[in-house]
Amino acid sequence: MWVYEKKLQYPVKVRDCNPRLAKYLIEQYGGADGELAAALRYLNQRYTIPEKVIGLLTDIGTEEFAHLEMIATMIYKLTKDATPQQMAAAGLGDHYVNHDSALYYHDAAGNPWTATYIQAKGDPIADLYEDIAAEEKARATYQWLIDISDDPDINDSLRFLREREIVHSMRFREAVEILKEEKGKKKFF
Amino acid sequence: MTREKTFTLVKSYKPFHSKFDPCPPIGRKYYRTPPNLYINFQPPNMEQFTPEEALKYGTLWKFFYDFYDNPYRERET
Ligand SMILES: [Fe+2]
Repeated sequence: MWVYEKKLQYPVKVRDCNPRLAKYLIEQYGGADGELAAALRYLNQRYTIPEKVIGLLTDIGTEEFAHLEMIATMIYKLTKDATPQQMAAAGLGDHYVNHDSALYYHDAAGNPWTATYIQAKGDPIADLYEDIAAEEKARATYQWLIDISDDPDINDSLRFLREREIVHSMRFREAVEILKEEKGKKKFF
Repeated sequence: MTREKTFTLVKSYKPFHSKFDPCPPIGRKYYRTPPNLYINFQPPNMEQFTPEEALKYGTLWKFFYDFYDNPYRERET
């Protein structure tokens, strides 16, 4: 069960009407390394992971939905008053004819989200290593988005999201350490 | 506990540029090596930000904070 708080995890401000930036940000909405993939990956893997790290996957998976909501807000605000012509000029013409300005789960190139982006191997180390890689890939995506964006307010929120990926990666690496630990054995150093 | 960062968060290298490459050389290529790579398990009592700072930066822990900006800004052409 979840408790919903009707506010964003971090404020999202948008300075300019910039549908092109929205087109790029969709990568983190419905892309392979985006927030939807992250949330669904962790909240699914958690059923078959050792008890000690279930809570971690639940917490991080839940937070990814909060990130998804921030990205959605950015995309929504950047396109909300754009005319069909402005959408077309920003490379969102194909999006417009299918969705108007509605959001949809696809990546920046228009590929629809697919469950093949995520895995649940049932092997705790394999799953956690995938999670670590996913966090580093999301961190990199945020870097490239910051590089390509000229909106200081959007970049401020993107920096927050990037920092969260660093913390998540750290926590997954700690989970590996917890599972590696030899219980009940005498330790010799 | 204050943990000194005894490592750098950005690395760079100079990619080979042939005279047949059409774009002017980008100069140096950069990649990030964030702080989490240099620690296996967070030790107790690390230095914290204030709650207000933590909400802004995205981490409670000073050690894990890593500001990012476009490293290629100088060369805009
Ligand atoms: Fe994450």
